[in-house]
Amino acid sequence: MGVAHVSEQASAIATHTGAYEPVIGLEIHVQLATATKMFCGCELSFGEPPNTRTCAVCLGLPGSLPVANARAVHFGLMIGMALGSTLAPRSIFHRKNYFYPDLPKGYQISQYDEPLCLGGRLGDVRIHRVHLEEDAAKLTHVGASGRIHGSDASIVDFNRGGTPLAEIVTEPDVRSPEQASEWLKLLRVTLRQLGVSDVNMEEGSLRCDANISLRPVGAAELGVKTELKNMNSFRFIERGIRAEIARQEKILRDGGQVSQETLHFDPASGAITSLRSKEEAHDYRYFPEPDLLPVAIDRQMIDAARADMTELPAARAERLRRELGLSAESAQMLAFRSGLGDFFEAALGVQADVAAQTLANWVSVELASRLDDGLEPAQSRVTPEALAQLVELVASKRVSVGAGRQVLDKLLADGGDPAAIIAAEGLEAMDAGEDLAAIVAAALAANADAAERVRQGNAKAIGPIVGHVMRETKGRADGTEVARLVHEQLGV
Amino acid sequence: MSDILELSAAQAAAAIAAGSLSATELFDFYRSRAAADEAAGEDGLNCFTWVAEEAPGASAPAPLGGVPLAVKDLFCTKGVPSQSGSRILEGYLPPYTASAVARLDAAGASLLAKTNQDEFAMGSSTENSAFGVVRNPWDRRRVPGGSSGGSAAAVAAGLAPWALGTDTGGSIRQPAALCGIVGLKPTYGAISRYGMIAFASSLDQAGPLTRDVRDAALMLRHMVGRDECDATSLQFPEAVALPTAERLDGVRLGVPEELSGEGIEGGVLDAFQAALAHAQELGAEVSHVHLAHAPQALSAYYVLAPAEASSNLARFDGVRYGMRAGDADQPSDLLEMYTRTRHDGFGAEVKRRIMLGTYALSSGYYDAYYGRAQRVRTKIAGDFAAAFEQVDLIVTPTAPTVAFALGEKTDDPLAMYLNDVCTVPMSLAGIPAISIPCGLSAGLPVGLQIAGPAFSENRLLAAAHALEQAIAFDGSGARV
Repeated sequence: MGVAHVSEQASAIATHTGAYEPVIGLEIHVQLATATKMFCGCELSFGEPPNTRTCAVCLGLPGSLPVANARAVHFGLMIGMALGSTLAPRSIFHRKNYFYPDLPKGYQISQYDEPLCLGGRLGDVRIHRVHLEEDAAKLTHVGASGRIHGSDASIVDFNRGGTPLAEIVTEPDVRSPEQASEWLKLLRVTLRQLGVSDVNMEEGSLRCDANISLRPVGAAELGVKTELKNMNSFRFIERGIRAEIARQEKILRDGGQVSQETLHFDPASGAITSLRSKEEAHDYRYFPEPDLLPVAIDRQMIDAARADMTELPAARAERLRRELGLSAESAQMLAFRSGLGDFFEAALGVQADVAAQTLANWVSVELASRLDDGLEPAQSRVTPEALAQLVELVASKRVSVGAGRQVLDKLLADGGDPAAIIAAEGLEAMDAGEDLAAIVAAALAANADAAERVRQGNAKAIGPIVGHVMRETKGRADGTEVARLVHEQLGV
Repeated sequence: MSDILELSAAQAAAAIAAGSLSATELFDFYRSRAAADEAAGEDGLNCFTWVAEEAPGASAPAPLGGVPLAVKDLFCTKGVPSQSGSRILEGYLPPYTASAVARLDAAGASLLAKTNQDEFAMGSSTENSAFGVVRNPWDRRRVPGGSSGGSAAAVAAGLAPWALGTDTGGSIRQPAALCGIVGLKPTYGAISRYGMIAFASSLDQAGPLTRDVRDAALMLRHMVGRDECDATSLQFPEAVALPTAERLDGVRLGVPEELSGEGIEGGVLDAFQAALAHAQELGAEVSHVHLAHAPQALSAYYVLAPAEASSNLARFDGVRYGMRAGDADQPSDLLEMYTRTRHDGFGAEVKRRIMLGTYALSSGYYDAYYGRAQRVRTKIAGDFAAAFEQVDLIVTPTAPTVAFALGEKTDDPLAMYLNDVCTVPMSLAGIPAISIPCGLSAGLPVGLQIAGPAFSENRLLAAAHALEQAIAFDGSGARV
């Protein structure tokens, strides 16, 4: 899986930056896919007209009070279990106080020094903590500046305000931009498999900040860190972190000092700008939210969360490799795209005598490449039974690989039974013998130039000849047999 | 007409149920009295910020039978101004009604009026309202107490049969004492806070201001219980009984030395001692107890309550509702809009407490102020728990003085804060306490405070009822 080649990349970066080693910690905000908001009964919003998913509570109207969403706590516990965290028997919501128009109460309700989950690990990165909080509203600035200062007006849409968030904070275990994005992909599939979030970075249901510092290779002490905010795609995360590492390295090589500040990465220009320095940092005046009781986790809540846990991608990849002997690449693909994995395991259940790796290739390569973006195999017309039959027919050489691909196209277009399609289309594998030898002879005659080049040792020149045979046989010929006959007839 | 004025709320409800009084007649009687006070402006008591235009239509028979109710301004009432005594919320019409008011409404109470109060419930004299000072009906040159001063004065003056108030550090009990009526602060969590414009969330509690103890029990009965909109609300463990007790046989009353001597006015102590003598005649055993940390209660309270307030009042920023400064001349940026809105919208006492609270929560000061105050709060709750091992109920004077002159303490916040010295400890402990009138000192009412363990309201009300009968306080002197 991803973890092994990640560390190779890490050392590559260490080499690349010469004397400095990047130390990176990630803070990930995950919008939880609950039915309602974190502290009120409003449904979550998916592009509804502005300010239509609001109530007295999420608008912060006078006198309104928050009530914690039990489902969000449930999802938080599932995340904690998936990351191997310690689940706190008692955790506390605090108020984080600051003024901003996207924050209707003048404070965000968030967990502070007593979070829901502590510690843990995913892949090669340790988890520091996981806590619950509410999302802010969405601000749109009208006018040239695009920011609140200097805008003609700023428009607030409170539909997003109060959406439940889990914030996952890692230990500073990441050493390269590539490792950051690889690890985030692992986190994303893990969360998707849990069913706790849509984990869509473009739509903001998964957001990542990075704390970045450099230190001389071999040093134990950490350098001064900067916080790079809200990078909204895997590509931007890599580019942003890389740009910040380069910026800090230049400062250090020039004998300067990195200053602690919060930074904004502009993916369009590649520029990094300061949002605020340490001196300008807010004093959030945290204190325990008196409107809410501590979250007390009991046996029942833990059992309920455990009951909803499914096999997670990392564990599934490991199982597919160990128990079925799949290649690391196939195992990861099937584990990370659970729809493919589920289809594969269902097909394997039907046709257990097919080699698992062969079936895996048909699912993860042939089928996956033919599915439209975002379409799961379960939504296609191909059933696991049909694919399993097809693979068995190919394996037993009753149909050629090429014809098998045609059958798969047919299955995707119309559904149906592979054997019936083969019969109807006349795609049965040809008998090895004179028929094929004659067709090969004709192909050699028709492609004399190519035949001559093959005779002279140009292996690639066989393409047009095989293509001719396949056209003549509607792909029913066995490619290996055709090649053998070509070579035989040319005497090479 | 004057017959109606003599009826308690419970008696009026009974008369309506029996058919001897119509709900409309009752409502109109009080509506015209309240409207007259409103119309009198500065020359009246200035109890109200809003009075109903007309009687509500006929409704189905209900336990409270249409008895009119005055409600403190800070309760949200749908479509009716709810301003918490503040310029920043002037004319604010909430889209929903507070749970406590909704429950009373469901039980048949009719909204008569909204009552004046100290801005955001911050004050002990109702001199901090954006809508003018409230006067004490016993002596109009004096304050009614606060912050529920409009509710207390209205009930004492017979402008409303009863009223709903809130108590954070004494805001029901102290004005009840200064106006010669009954005021109950229930156990924290007994009544939903949903729809109460918050001052200090961990302390705020709704409660009745009434002419007698039975009315307090009746109103309490229809407000208590778990509300899914308030995570801190609790199921009341038993039905609230209408008290009938005449005796106190075997009841152990504890007098905390820390709250019944130093700093208490002589006339108040005399009335308090007389009340203790009544209690003993009724069969109570009176002894001394210690609340060792009570002297620190006021200091802790004036850290914790402002800290919570500084956060609770952050939402008044001019963005979504209420006042926004400078719409006419366009503030140049967001910060200026915030600053000017809050500068113009909040009164001096509110600003003082926001600054105190902001400071107490600041990085580097949190442990020394907020953290330490929380520890004092825990100690005080422990003191009460220990005292209730020895006695059933604790009795103190409600306030250290009788009603003081308007303006007397407005320039001295610390002197003003001392009004709450006897009531704040119970607020910090979250326990119920009631104030009943126990006599006059120099012609002004004195309050007796009785406190009990959490959810001991039935015992508290029973004892208060027995003492009320024995004391036989005559409050008619305040009626207008």
